Order: sequence, then C-alpha cells, then structure tokens
Amino acid sequence: MDPTVLPRTVLLAVPLYLLLVVVLRGRSALVKHAVAVVAALAVALGLTVLLPAGTLSYVVTFLLMGSVYAVLTLGLNVQWGYTGLFNIGIAAFFAIGAFTSALFTLRMPTGSLAAFTQQAFGLGAPFWVGLLAAGVVAGALALLVGGPTLRLRGDYLAIATIGIAELVRLVFQNERWLANGPQPLRGLPQPLSCLSGAGCDWLPGFVNAFFAPLAPRDYPYVYVAIVALVLFLVFVGLERAIRSPWGRVLRAVREDEDAAAMSGKNVAAFRMQAFVVGAVIMGMGGSLYAHYVVAIDYGHFDPLYGTFLIWVMLMLGGSGNNRGAVLGALLVWAIWTGASFAVDALRPTLAAISPDLPQRGPYVRFLLISLLMLFIVLYRPRGVLPEEKVVSLTRD
Amino acid sequence: MVGARPLPRGRSLRRTVAQVVGSRWSLLGLLALIALFIVVMASLQGVSGTRMLGLVVRGVLLGGVLALGALGVTLVFGVLKMANFAHGDYMTLGAYLGLVVMTLLPRGAPILGLGFGYEFVVALLVVMPLVGLIAYGLDRLTFRRLRQRRSAPVMMAMAALGLAFGVRSIVYMVFGADFAFYYQGRARPVVELFAGVRVRTDQLFILGAAVLLIVLVYLLLERSKTGKAMRAMADNPDLARISGIPTERVVFWTWMVGGALAGAGGMLYGLDVQLRPEMGWWLLLPLFAAVILGTIGNVYGALLGAFTMGIVWQVSSAFVNPAYGPAAAFVVMILALLVRPQGLMGGGR
Repeated sequence: MDPTVLPRTVLLAVPLYLLLVVVLRGRSALVKHAVAVVAALAVALGLTVLLPAGTLSYVVTFLLMGSVYAVLTLGLNVQWGYTGLFNIGIAAFFAIGAFTSALFTLRMPTGSLAAFTQQAFGLGAPFWVGLLAAGVVAGALALLVGGPTLRLRGDYLAIATIGIAELVRLVFQNERWLANGPQPLRGLPQPLSCLSGAGCDWLPGFVNAFFAPLAPRDYPYVYVAIVALVLFLVFVGLERAIRSPWGRVLRAVREDEDAAAMSGKNVAAFRMQAFVVGAVIMGMGGSLYAHYVVAIDYGHFDPLYGTFLIWVMLMLGGSGNNRGAVLGALLVWAIWTGASFAVDALRPTLAAISPDLPQRGPYVRFLLISLLMLFIVLYRPRGVLPEEKVVSLTRD
Repeated sequence: MVGARPLPRGRSLRRTVAQVVGSRWSLLGLLALIALFIVVMASLQGVSGTRMLGLVVRGVLLGGVLALGALGVTLVFGVLKMANFAHGDYMTLGAYLGLVVMTLLPRGAPILGLGFGYEFVVALLVVMPLVGLIAYGLDRLTFRRLRQRRSAPVMMAMAALGLAFGVRSIVYMVFGADFAFYYQGRARPVVELFAGVRVRTDQLFILGAAVLLIVLVYLLLERSKTGKAMRAMADNPDLARISGIPTERVVFWTWMVGGALAGAGGMLYGLDVQLRPEMGWWLLLPLFAAVILGTIGNVYGALLGAFTMGIVWQVSSAFVNPAYGPAAAFVVMILALLVRPQGLMGGGR
C-alpha cells in the first residue's frame, strides 16, 4: 500500500470532521463528535484509497481555495448580509491582510537577495502572528475608512470602498520600499510545512514518523486542515455573535435604522463594529491566501478576483446566512474553476470563431460570472440558502 | 436632501460651530487650502511655474472628459435614484465602438491642423446614440425589472456592478487586454497656448467638443420639455408621475443622454491617451468623486466637481507619482465628505 495514504487520510479528515460538526444536529455533544470523527476518517480513507492521487490533490486544492474564499465571504456577510453595509472594496482588506502577513512572517532579505527584494520590515514571526496581525491591520484600515463614510448613505460607502481598494492596490504597485513594488514578494513561509518535509523538531518523534512519508508536494493536505480550522473558528464565532443580542442589533440596523435608533441603539457604533469585524475576517482571509500562494503582488487583488467574485459568492449562497456564505463560496469557486475546463474544451470552437479567442478564454468565465451575478440579483436575490429567522440566545 | 444628516442637537454653540464647519464656504475654503497645499508642495519640490500652469491646463482638459461622464452619473442618479457603477464601463464601450466604426471607414487626411481625420468625428456621431441605446437596452433588461419590483437602490447598484464587469469582459474578449490606439504613428500637432504652455491641438478639440456637449445638455435640460420632465423627476418622482409626466420616456431620454455623453467621453479620452479595457473602471472613481463633491444628482455641481477633480488629478502629479492621480481625486472627495457630506450644491446650511 502507498505509505502516504494514512497521513493523507488523517489530514483530510480534519476538514471533513469540522464540516460534520457544523452539519450534524441533535444527539449529545459526545455522540455527535464521536460520529463526526469516525465518519470523517472513513470518508477520508475512502477518498484517499479510491481516488487517483492526482484527482484527489485537485480536490484538495479546490477545497483549500474554496475555504479561503469562504473566510472572505463570511467577512462580507457580517458587513452586507447582517448589517447592510455595501462594501465593494473587499480587495483593500484582502490585500492589506495578505501583505501584512507577508511582512510579519518574512525575514529581511540579506546578501544578493536584498538587491532584488525590498520590504519595509520583516519580522520572521510565526504564521499565527501574521494571521492575527493581518486581521488587526485590516481592522484598523476599516476604522479609517468607516469614520467619514459609514454615517452617510450606502452609495457613499460603496464609492469610498472602491476608492480605498484602488488606493491600496496603487500603493502596493508603486511603493517599492514597502513590499517590493510591482515585483512579487516571494518565499512566504508555509505553516507546518515541516510536516510534509523534514519533520518538525518540536513535535514528538512518533508524530513525525507518522507524517514522514509525505513529500513537499503533499503540502496542500496540511494547509487545507489549517484553513479549515480557521474557517471553522470564524464560522462558529460568527454564528455565536449573530445569535447574540449584538447580532440582533445589527439586523435591526439593517432593517430599520430609525427604529433601532429609537430603541436607544447607537446605530453608527454598531455599523462601525460590523464593518471592522468584517474587515478583520477579510484580512485574515488575505493572510490565508498569501501563505498558500507563497508569492504575492498587487495583481492578485484586482477588483474582479478581490471583490466581485466574493460578492457573487455571498449573493449566490444567501446573504445573511453563514452556511449560505460558505456554500456560495464553494459553489462559485467550483463554477469558476470548472469554467476554465469548459473553456479549454471549447478551444476548437472558439478558434473557429476567431483565432484570437482561445487565448482570451479566461474572459469567457469572467463574463459568465457577471451574468451569474445579474441573474441572482434579478431572479434569486435571496440566494440558495436564504436568511433564516433566528432567535437570539439569552443564555448558553 | 441626499446625504444630509440632521444637525447635531445640543448646546447652541456646538450647533453654530457645526453650521459654520459644514457650510458651503468652508468647503470652498477646504478646496482653497488644498490648492495652497499643492502650490506649496510643488514649490518645495522646485516645480517651475510653467510646468504648474501646464498641469492646470491639462487638468482642465481632463475635467472636460470627466464632466461628460459625471453628467451622466448625476443625471441617472437624479432621475432613477441609483448609483450607476457601470458608467465608467459604458465609456470604455464607447471608446472601443468608436474604434470599430473607424476601422470600417477609409482613413482621411488630418483636418484643420488636428491629429485625426473626418472618420473620428463620424465615429463620434455614430457612437453617441449607439451607447445611449445600449444603455437604455441594458436598463430594460436589468434595472427596469428591479424598479418595477421596487427593489432597494443598493440592489440596482449591485446589478450595475454586474453590468460593469459584464461589459468589460466582452471588451476583453473582443479586443484583448492590450492597449489600442485610434491612430498609431501619426503626428500629433502641438501649439503654444500662452507663457510657454504647450498643448496638442487634439486636446483643444477634446475640450471644445466637451464644452459643446455640455452646452447642448444645458439647453436640453433648461429649454426642452423632456429636460423639464427630467428635472421634475429628479426633484420629486411621485409628484412627477401624478402630474402626468411619462416616466418611461423620461427614463429613455436619461439613458440616451447619459449613454451618449459616456460614449463621447470615452472616445475623447481614448483620443487623448489610449484605449484599455480598464480605462472606464479607472475613471469611475474620479467621476463619482466629482459628482459627490458637487452634490450627487445636481448637474451644475457635477460640472464644477469634474473640473476640480481633473485639475487635482493632474496637478498632484507635480509632487507625487502620477499613478496616484485618481487616488488624489479620491482623497479630496473624502476630505470634502468630512466637511460637507451633501456637497457644494446641496441644500441646507
């Protein structure tokens, strides 16, 4: 038997287990977790044994990027889904999270590398510090943007967020000293990459021995577990928050600002809180993204990938529903990646229409996703999983 | 009024201060301060007076193009109460449709010391109604359904975003992601305006065409029945409907005018610089900055805002990286929002 099957199974079981914990209902907590562990391991084993390694690693990278986008979509759901804040500059928080995390975790380049790479600072901190710093800096940016615009009508916030997204992108494009200007910032450390490498010296020997068969190309199995864990924590935290009195006020602000104000709620403060919380989550999503792709530059955060795609995910999944947000992220990511296969298959047809068309294939899915957005807005504005009526928890 | 917020209640001194700070004059004062800041920064960097003057002139030229876009944005906002985020991409569409028309026509010799032949003017005249019709057609397909359902304005903005990306993706597919030019390798004559400030004759044409179109829009709004109906719709849609104004026809003319101006703006901008599928998206920010500075929905405010933003965009390049031009317009907008959210022409105080 392939020696990598067992370690891959265990790693793949992590996201499946977390998914089952969210999906399964009822029973006692102990039974639920036991069922989830067994089922996750069984499904993971089945997938690892039955699927060809190439297919499975495709599925894993799909889940990985889908989950990164799910984190971003959850951030938007706090802002738009629950509070009605029209943020169309997600890319700003996405980008600033990614670059912050990069600067915190990279070391300053030395020797001949310093000639090619310039960065403002490099702390060489561990991944989780970068992740938290990404959230903090993105949240601080939200405070800055929200101040002058949140008290105004929705359209003003929309324009201000478009502006801040362009500004952030321009800064990372033009300021060489900050994060290597137009050149990519390379070599971001990957958390726990030692598991699929030489072994981590801080882990007990038997753990390292168990994961020893993994090669560096199996790293996505490790990272998908990490991303799934972050996604799970964000999801659970948000579900708690939304069911709390705080979440109830957010929805009140969205539905009827005046009524909320009449009930003595400080509408502006609640809006700001939702905006900042959403931005913190987006920043962390940026960090997760950056450490997966390893090399980042301003081009990764253009309005299409950085903002529009995430909007389509939330609108398709169902704004005001966290499960919907996650589902929408995975669905749209499936459509987005699937469309590139479809375009590849259509190459001969496209070539028959015009010789230039096949190389412009990526724009076909660009159009497809725009049409999807229009379709949702016109015919399914509530999404696949519409918002549910929730009763706030009074106690736990 | 749009964007207005109630006066802070409390002691009358606070109220007076708020009134003074939020007045039209203090917003103008802010703009004057920004101008002063720019002059000081530029002189610290040793930028010559001629260069500054040249940048101001270029700013006015750019302001003309921005004004064409901003007029459309503000008209659509006034009549339909929606922020049309697709407007920049309508400008892109106009620029590329112009390219198509021009390739269909035989090339003529440059006219009257300009850098282009008759075909550009013909293309302009063809593209303007075409973009207007496309804008109206897209409204029929999307925004009208939402209006009939009485959807929230933000859903329309979202549909506009979908349209923006959709239009751009079509431009990408048909023309590719590279630059395109109306004329490649043709001489672009330059004249000296005054005091060593040199501009291309094409740019004078652009400004002239923009001013002509602005005057035509002014006449349409002030003199024609349709224009009156449009202003009535902008003021009070319900009252307009009760008074028997044919709403749908006003909507049609709003998109025709807005789309035609966007098409012209896109072509003129393309003549000055070059054509890129993202050009409209990049213009969107200064367009909205202009409209917000001059009070969203107000036609004359949009003109004032457009020329201000054009000048800010160009002049800021005297001391910061020119790439930040649109961002400079954005920063001025944020400062203006802090002082007076309802803009220059907004009511109150």
